[in-house]
Amino acid sequence: MLEIKNLHARIVDDGTEIIRGLNLTVKAGEVAAIMGPNGSGKSTLSYILAGREDYEVTEGDILYNGRSILEMDPAERATSGIFLAFQYPMEIPGVATMEFLKVAMNEQRKARGEEPLKIPEFLKRVKEAAASLSMDMAMLKRPLNVGFSGGEKKRAEILQMKLLEPKLCVLDETDSGLDIDALKIVSDGVNALRAPDRAFLVITHYQRLLEHIVPDSVHVLYRGQVIKSGDKSLALDLEANGYAGVIGEAA
Amino acid sequence: MPAVQDTIDRVRKIDVDQYKYGFQTEIAVDKAPKGLSEDIIRFISAKKDEPSWMLEWRLEAYRRWLTLEEPTWARVHYPKIDFQDIYYYAAPKSTPGPSSLSDVDPELLKVYEKLGIPLREQEILAGVQKTDASELEEPSDNVYKSGRVAVDAVFDSVSVVTTFKKELAQAGVIFCSISEAIREHPELVQKYLGSVVPTSDNFYATLNSAVFTDGSFVFVPKGVRCPMELSTYFRMNEKNTGQFERTLIIAEEGAYVSYLEGCTAPQRDENQLHAAVVELVALDDAEIKYSTVQNWYPGDAEGKGGIYNFVTKRGDCRGDRSKISWTQVETGSAITWKYPSCILRGDDSSGEFYSIAVSNGYQQVDSGTKMIHLGKNTSSRIISKGIAAGFSQNTYRGQVSAHRKATNARNFTNCDSLLIGDQCGAHTVPYMEAKNSTAQFEHEATTSKISEDQKFYVMQRGIPEEEAIALIVNGFVKDVIQQLPMEFAVEAQKLIGISLEGSVG
Repeated sequence: MLEIKNLHARIVDDGTEIIRGLNLTVKAGEVAAIMGPNGSGKSTLSYILAGREDYEVTEGDILYNGRSILEMDPAERATSGIFLAFQYPMEIPGVATMEFLKVAMNEQRKARGEEPLKIPEFLKRVKEAAASLSMDMAMLKRPLNVGFSGGEKKRAEILQMKLLEPKLCVLDETDSGLDIDALKIVSDGVNALRAPDRAFLVITHYQRLLEHIVPDSVHVLYRGQVIKSGDKSLALDLEANGYAGVIGEAA
Repeated sequence: MPAVQDTIDRVRKIDVDQYKYGFQTEIAVDKAPKGLSEDIIRFISAKKDEPSWMLEWRLEAYRRWLTLEEPTWARVHYPKIDFQDIYYYAAPKSTPGPSSLSDVDPELLKVYEKLGIPLREQEILAGVQKTDASELEEPSDNVYKSGRVAVDAVFDSVSVVTTFKKELAQAGVIFCSISEAIREHPELVQKYLGSVVPTSDNFYATLNSAVFTDGSFVFVPKGVRCPMELSTYFRMNEKNTGQFERTLIIAEEGAYVSYLEGCTAPQRDENQLHAAVVELVALDDAEIKYSTVQNWYPGDAEGKGGIYNFVTKRGDCRGDRSKISWTQVETGSAITWKYPSCILRGDDSSGEFYSIAVSNGYQQVDSGTKMIHLGKNTSSRIISKGIAAGFSQNTYRGQVSAHRKATNARNFTNCDSLLIGDQCGAHTVPYMEAKNSTAQFEHEATTSKISEDQKFYVMQRGIPEEEAIALIVNGFVKDVIQQLPMEFAVEAQKLIGISLEGSVG
């Protein structure tokens, strides 16, 4: 589903190269965990996948379902099925969460040539999805992410993911700022979405999240490259021994 | 925000610089000769069959105007206006004055149809029938259940028709053109005209007093709640013609009225002058809500053409516990010079000003309000949202003052500016003056740019760039949009989206 080939990318403003020859393949149905120390390029990778303009790809390619996405803007990537759950979701003052959901869902439907959702159907979907994440409907009347707690923001991200039904879900440090109960709710939400035609890229610092969202593969990112890949036991190994050993091995 | 989707659809359909109302109508007109003189004023007065006191009033204003100089303190720049190069009167030949709908020239009816303005009484304004999203909306208390709106249609210099007059009359409400009011209700006009904006007030108000041609008159008697929204649609059509409208609204003790004003003009290379005066009078316990959606032609992408909009609007809270509320959505005009104000004369009276000013291209906006606290325990509230895009300059200019006897005067001001792109400017010029130590004034101001982070986040959900910006901007102005009667709120949101078309890229 996702094939990243020898990707090199730098920050447009100052030319700093962050991604330096990254290779990664994720198959449909797979949950791939990306781990790595601070500054290894994990969040940058998620932004580049989503099409953020602050980064420039200088070499290599990103293929999604066999097609390069480098020329697509963020909205086009989103409608093609790529979803990024942000580490720090943005506040959108004055735009009720509910309204935002409606606009986003209908924009994506429009891009696929479908009719906008009828209001009762829309409300039904939102109510179901919110209930599964233990979210109060009253919260959805508030402006998106404005005054939300860290946990509420992350839940709102998963809610959007559920409703938009993407095919490639990128979760950027979704566990940061969550207490154990919220972590459980968010993880259950993600697990419920696991499907043979959907892939996940779970970016995290800690093994903790991977106890709840059990990955099929684990990849260690360091200085903009995948330096080691393995199964879930690799995550346990990192938890026990730290990154130093893996980094030393690669060097 | 039910209109976001609509905004998006509209924005997509419309090309850059497509001013939707820019068409011109070929209609036989009766014009005064070009230029301004006492004879022209006599001509206008005679055309309108005015009593002699009205002519005298005009002439006095004209003589005063000759001694005045054009104001230059606003942050707007334009070539000097040649006041002798303007037609001061132009009226469709077929319509001698306000008449019943069946007498109106079908060509004129077509114009209003094209503008989406209902003149047939069984029709209602577009946007009222909300089939969609109503479950998501908080109920609004300013919606009239009937959904009907009475309309006064002013075309160049005359009112062509006023609807629902009979029904309003049953409630005791007078709603007609100002020309008709001068003839039919001279005692009311003489009592109130110029009592809020004196003929000597300022250069443009004085000019208006001399040459005003038409506008609306509203009188809501004691204790009456006006049974429907009242509205006036101004249309400038003739080339090189100025529009000088005059509106007077009086709410007697305990009365309530909500009034809407809309305006459009054809797309032309030359600049056209629009200098209006609006006066509101609220007696004890009365409330007037005045909303404007200003969509005069803003000029083209190079800044050529467009309306010069120099307007004096003022409300007098003359009675105790009276209330006047201005809401404006300003998207049009090449130059806007406009400060709807409140004189808080009665004790416990209150004034409000809610404004959205959107500028794009080479538009220049200098707009704001004055809140003059004279009575005791008076309060005022100012919420201003300026959005600048393209090469435009957008200034909020406001004055809040409390006079010596205005104990416990309170004001809250919030001015937010949003910049789109880096070639435009937003400016905030607040003046505050308290001559009474018990006055409490609060002022908040912010200027922000739509952040790349916000835009990226919204686009990541599948919302294309222009729609993403429209969504963020509509969120930014929501506090003000909520103040508009629902019929206009939907329209206003669409308009904001369209006005910002082409502002990114």
